[in-house]
Amino acid sequence: MNYNVNEKGYYGDFGGAYIPEMLYPNVEELRQNYIKVMQEPEFQKEFNELLKEYVGRPTPLYFAKRFSEKYGVKIYLKREDLCHTGAHKVNNTIGQILMAKRLGKTRIIAETGAGQHGVATATVCALMGLECIVYMGAVDIKRQAPNVARMKMLGATVVSAESGSKTLKDATNEAIRDWINNPTDTHYIIGSVVGPHPYPDMVARFQSVISAEVKKQLLEKEGRENPDYVVACVGGGSNAAGIYYHYLDNPEVGIIAVEAAGKGIHSGESAATSALGKEGIIHGSKTLLMQTADGQITEPYSISAGLDYPGVGPMHANLFRSGRGEFISVTDADAMKAGLDLSKLEGIIPAIETSHALAIFNDRKFKKDDIIVINLSGRGDKDLNTYIEYFDLA
Amino acid sequence: MNRINKRLQEDKELLSIYFTAGYPDLEDTVPVLEELVKSGVDMIEIGLPFSDPLADGPTIQQSSTAALKNGMTTAKLFDQIKDIRKTVDIPLIVMGYFNPMLQYGVEAFCAKCAEIGIDGLIMPDLPLAEYQEHYQSIFEKYDLKMVFLITPQTTDERIRQIDDATNSFIYMVSSASTTGKTSGFGNVQTDYFKRIAALSLKNPQIVGFGIKDEDTFKAATATAKGAIIGSAFIKSLTENGISGIADFIKSIRP
Repeated sequence: MNYNVNEKGYYGDFGGAYIPEMLYPNVEELRQNYIKVMQEPEFQKEFNELLKEYVGRPTPLYFAKRFSEKYGVKIYLKREDLCHTGAHKVNNTIGQILMAKRLGKTRIIAETGAGQHGVATATVCALMGLECIVYMGAVDIKRQAPNVARMKMLGATVVSAESGSKTLKDATNEAIRDWINNPTDTHYIIGSVVGPHPYPDMVARFQSVISAEVKKQLLEKEGRENPDYVVACVGGGSNAAGIYYHYLDNPEVGIIAVEAAGKGIHSGESAATSALGKEGIIHGSKTLLMQTADGQITEPYSISAGLDYPGVGPMHANLFRSGRGEFISVTDADAMKAGLDLSKLEGIIPAIETSHALAIFNDRKFKKDDIIVINLSGRGDKDLNTYIEYFDLA
Repeated sequence: MNRINKRLQEDKELLSIYFTAGYPDLEDTVPVLEELVKSGVDMIEIGLPFSDPLADGPTIQQSSTAALKNGMTTAKLFDQIKDIRKTVDIPLIVMGYFNPMLQYGVEAFCAKCAEIGIDGLIMPDLPLAEYQEHYQSIFEKYDLKMVFLITPQTTDERIRQIDDATNSFIYMVSSASTTGKTSGFGNVQTDYFKRIAALSLKNPQIVGFGIKDEDTFKAATATAKGAIIGSAFIKSLTENGISGIADFIKSIRP
């Protein structure tokens, strides 16, 4: 079975490009060129050099000894938190800015929720000297002030999305509307494996460096390329796509996706799309999404701003429906506790998104000698205020 | 013959109006429709509101949000207009985004439209390829005309594909923009209108986006069969209510 995208842009039943005709030329230009451009030796060389010299790759595959002892399994952490800008997001923005340049684009737009993708986009735009406009929900601008300041320092213009619920999905709508209004000079750097084909595949390919490195590193450490499980948190799902990518079609490797249950799956305040979502269309992609019976898209909730997306990338929707992926949801409370645990046991403060992936071990039992690789997708600096308030640390 | 096709054969420039169902008040859908007909419009697009209208600018976004807040749903719209053919005989098109249709069930949605007497559908985010592969046969079974959009960026080759797949009219988006954005037409539009006219397509074209007054209506219909007004109408409806509709239509086509 093939769990990657097919030539029509679908993962099983999911994917495609459900876009207004106004976007067709932009998306079609990208579709016709993205693989060709990515395979150019010059592109490869520049991409790999930037990942090495600028981002700081390869990131370590770290054996978390004390965390492992606590749960009686062998847990490795893929340290994407050590990437420049503090999360895996930059792997994709480096790739897409090089793509944009080759397509002759001079103006970059992006959406951002918590601000991590916005910062990663503003960073590469500064690096390449390109104009950068980041759409961010008015509500998020208020609660993520440090990242707004970072983007501004990097030279980006941050535009407040005032429509709908004024959060990530609305910032994405505004970015898409900007693209409709600027059809020739602008490239839209989507931050996750969402949106119309070819975005989910393109972003997954740029993030696939994560699992490519894991294979090599695990071979050195354990004498085998394949762990028993790869684990990642899933909002839209880009860090997950990165760590699953080279294992998708390898049935020996279990795939575990961890979604945000928020205050509980049935609390009405959750972002567990696989449990609560139904097939539908969001941001140009057919996938699972949270919506009313009438097909209106609803606003999800999670303590982590990076997981509160009402949909999930089509790759993940297919992993869920086909049963290839095991989907687990973790509440705010369990995630926060796991984040504190990792901090105290390993000296690593994880992003709250990542903390969800770290929280599965109380309920999900593994065999004693199982080797588990968790994608430590981001560092927790951006979440300090949330941690401080939650644990009353001040 | 479908009412749209019949109207397109008439020797006149067509004025089509878009409005959002359930706006300004939930029960305004039918009164707005009837007042538009009384005011002499040739065709009406009934907007089914959606939470995330990607192709729309602030005016239609705002009317959609308000309509949803009022309690508008797909089922509610169908219920409101179930007897519309007793009072209205001009072509009626439902315009909305694909997700609410998908949740209602594509076939059930089409069947309901046919039962009510809807003549066509505009679903901006249901692209040509998906339509042809999965839905065309259903739409045709219920004699619903699917209307596709083209823009100044659409290549001649793709316009021909769209023309082939169409059996009513082509919705010609006047400029690269979301709805309600453009301020008047310049050389870019004039050249684009001429380019499309020169293609001698089998389907007539109706221009939308940026039509807001007598001048833009005249400019659009100089080469095209008609024009669609959305945002400018919603603005007028917001400011002047249903009683202002006749004056608004008169200001477009005295």
